[in-house]
Amino acid sequence: MTFELTAVVPSRGFDVTLDVDEGSTLALLGPNGAGKSTALGLAAGTLRPHDGEITLDGTRLAHARAGRTEAWVAPHRRRVALLAQDPLLFPHLSIRDNISFGPRAQGRPRREAAAAAARWLDAMDLVHLADRRPGALSGGQGQRVAIARALAAAPRLLLLDEPLAALDVDVTPALRQTLRRLLVGQTTIIATHEVLDALLLADEVAVVDDGRVVERGPTAEVLSRPRSAFAASIAGLNLVSGTWTGDGVVTASGGVVHGYASHPEVPVGAAMTAVFRPAAVALHLTDPHGSPRNTFRGTVRSVEPRGDLLRVRTDQLAADVTPQAVAELSLVPGRAVVGTVKAAEVDVYPV
Amino acid sequence: MTTTRAPATSRRTTRDPAEVPAGLPRWAYVPAAAGGLFVLLPLVALGTRVDWAGYWSLVTSESSRAALALSLQTATTSTLLCLILGVPMALVLARGRFPGRDLLRSLVLVPLVLPPVVGGIALLSAFGRRGLLGESMEVLGLQVAFSTTAVVLAQSFVALPFLVVSLEGALRTAGERYDVVAASLGASPTTVLRRVTLPLVWPGLVSGTVLAFARALGEFGATITFAGSLQGVTRTLPLEVYLQRETDPDAAVALSLLLVAVAVAVIGLTHRRGASR
Amino acid sequence: MTAQPHRARATAALLAASAAVGLAGCSTDPGAETTVTVFAAASLTEAFEQIAHDFETAHDGVDVRLSLAGSSDLVAQIQQGAPADVVASADTASMDRLVADGLVGTPQDFATNSLEIAVPPGNPAGIASLEDLTDPDLHLVVCAPQVPCGAATTAVVSDSGLTLHPVSEEQSVTDVLHKVVVGEADAGIVYVTDVARAGPGVEGVSFPQAGAAVNTYPIAAVTQTDADTDHAALVQQFIDAVQGPEGQRLLADLGFVAP
Repeated sequence: MTFELTAVVPSRGFDVTLDVDEGSTLALLGPNGAGKSTALGLAAGTLRPHDGEITLDGTRLAHARAGRTEAWVAPHRRRVALLAQDPLLFPHLSIRDNISFGPRAQGRPRREAAAAAARWLDAMDLVHLADRRPGALSGGQGQRVAIARALAAAPRLLLLDEPLAALDVDVTPALRQTLRRLLVGQTTIIATHEVLDALLLADEVAVVDDGRVVERGPTAEVLSRPRSAFAASIAGLNLVSGTWTGDGVVTASGGVVHGYASHPEVPVGAAMTAVFRPAAVALHLTDPHGSPRNTFRGTVRSVEPRGDLLRVRTDQLAADVTPQAVAELSLVPGRAVVGTVKAAEVDVYPV
Repeated sequence: MTTTRAPATSRRTTRDPAEVPAGLPRWAYVPAAAGGLFVLLPLVALGTRVDWAGYWSLVTSESSRAALALSLQTATTSTLLCLILGVPMALVLARGRFPGRDLLRSLVLVPLVLPPVVGGIALLSAFGRRGLLGESMEVLGLQVAFSTTAVVLAQSFVALPFLVVSLEGALRTAGERYDVVAASLGASPTTVLRRVTLPLVWPGLVSGTVLAFARALGEFGATITFAGSLQGVTRTLPLEVYLQRETDPDAAVALSLLLVAVAVAVIGLTHRRGASR
Repeated sequence: MTAQPHRARATAALLAASAAVGLAGCSTDPGAETTVTVFAAASLTEAFEQIAHDFETAHDGVDVRLSLAGSSDLVAQIQQGAPADVVASADTASMDRLVADGLVGTPQDFATNSLEIAVPPGNPAGIASLEDLTDPDLHLVVCAPQVPCGAATTAVVSDSGLTLHPVSEEQSVTDVLHKVVVGEADAGIVYVTDVARAGPGVEGVSFPQAGAAVNTYPIAAVTQTDADTDHAALVQQFIDAVQGPEGQRLLADLGFVAP
């Protein structure tokens, strides 16, 4: 275990135990105010625990008993870098100087810091912006610089606080892929309320609600079979894994799910996961005719209320349908149904 | 560099002529113009009273030069003192977390609203020969009474709140989010202050410094009460103006105009510096 | 007290305003009082208030209106036609200007004032003479030469042949006194009457060289356009009261010296 946190902060109703394996990414999934930011603040050193212990690579970052701090490492000595929703680039520094800020602040020689900046400018495709000020950048560019700045500081633990939430929808997929690439081997905690962030970036998910971890496990497991009410409300995504054919995913059993790849350069044969929301699934008693669709034959396992809709689970997928549909089709456990979903509703991501 | 910085600068200083201000009622121009006149008219009127033929000899008389030099010297020293004390004060008030902070913030403002004469009497009570600290200071060989140091103390006392208030406001507006990010990148608190916080609040720091300097330069009441008035030692330009009024009103007017010119020059210069930063 | 032009002028304005209100009220009163309007130097405030009060007590139906200001201001006001019956200035120069303009009758000197050393209670520096003030380590405070008390100081010092090293040349007598009262200064040079007025906060040390700059206070009747002999007699009675034993005793109590 490279990062471990056990902390109680009574003033925030926070009582959480977390751990992150060396080189892996943990997603903290939960609604606003659930305690995600408190967890990040404790890791970064902007908050003190009332009780608890936080360790990173065997170093005790904080230790407190009944409000008395017994060990404390100042934020700047923790090697825990924070990337927030807003890029928060230093407006008075050029992009290059923003990126070299971490190495310089840590006392590394100027030349070394410059080399690190050059490396990250190149890696993040920012070379042409190197001498600009942050004010001249778009939101997506700004966040790319912020990522480069955080990673140039060579953190032992990277904290991402809703890193994509403030960005335009048309730039988030590409940046998410970039992050996915960069987080390989980087110990990371990402706080998010976006299921896709967790799905694509995290190895494990901890669902946080009301200051407690209510569910914990490997990402695919938590997202496809949520046990907690919150995880169910935001997740319950249908995930189908297989290999990429160019316009769909072939599962091990030979079934094909048609969908659109998140980015075009995916080679045929790559391991991919098709993702679609339960609300995108329509249920029928017989095979429907008409436009090409993905069809999933199965048997109803359960029906449970979910807001104004009912969530129908078959042995293959989950579908959110209206109570009228449930009544018309007499959807009771044991009934054979056909679920369909349009290819346009299916996103396919590399695993 | 110049091309990339241009948009940011123009956004700050000029308005797109196509933009229509929504929150500016037309009637506001009338009292605004009256207010502008109210400020400018006395200054212009002062100019009309100046004996221009004799202006140069009036402002270059020995006593005038001594007063001007002393004023610039003491106001500069006071401003430095205000920076040394005021920047940490503003930081502590804006960022610190301790009980009584709000009360302390209000107390720091007191010299701002206090009549300067009262400030002078208060300083006497603290640093005078029979003041709270005066005796121990005298033992240490520190003689404040009737010295240029006393002038600097008086000026700093009245000017400090100007710096603290404007810097603290700037610090609060800037927030702590940049500080947190900088610390997470490995910057020690001092590095954060030097490389992030102060550059971010630079305009506030500049305007606070200018205000403090201008206030120090114009200081009269606390100085005459606390420091006295002796040419070249404690008689700053405002004291010289007030004294000249007794016997040589022309000289008083000429020196007043000089004081206005110095104030305008300082504000104009630093304003341009601050804006271009 | 000419060293306090601001305050004196404000007081005068206030008094003039209240006098105007009072006069307006009296004009409708059938038993209208006779009024004597006295313009006096501000340094005479305490003395003339008492003299006026005594005069009103002695003369039934007579109302004395006091207008107190700096001597130069008094002159300017009378030159511009202010309705004064009597004028008492703090220096002969001011009165001479009124004489030259033919605005007053023959002035008579009624008091003098001279300089004195003011020291904090107990005289910690042990000042006994003007010579003692030449010690360069002494915290001596004087009036700036530009103001009247400073001019008098300069005259006395240059006449004595001594050299003083003041640590401050103050704007006014009040500023000098304040520095002595709070103990910042070891000694200050002010008028005898200022020491008397300052009360227990300071002590006075007189010195013989003060005779070189004696301030003389003249009083005169303002020349009237209408020949009201009764009123003229009343005005003269007020001038006599100032010069009489009772007036002189009051003035002496306040530190003034008879001419």
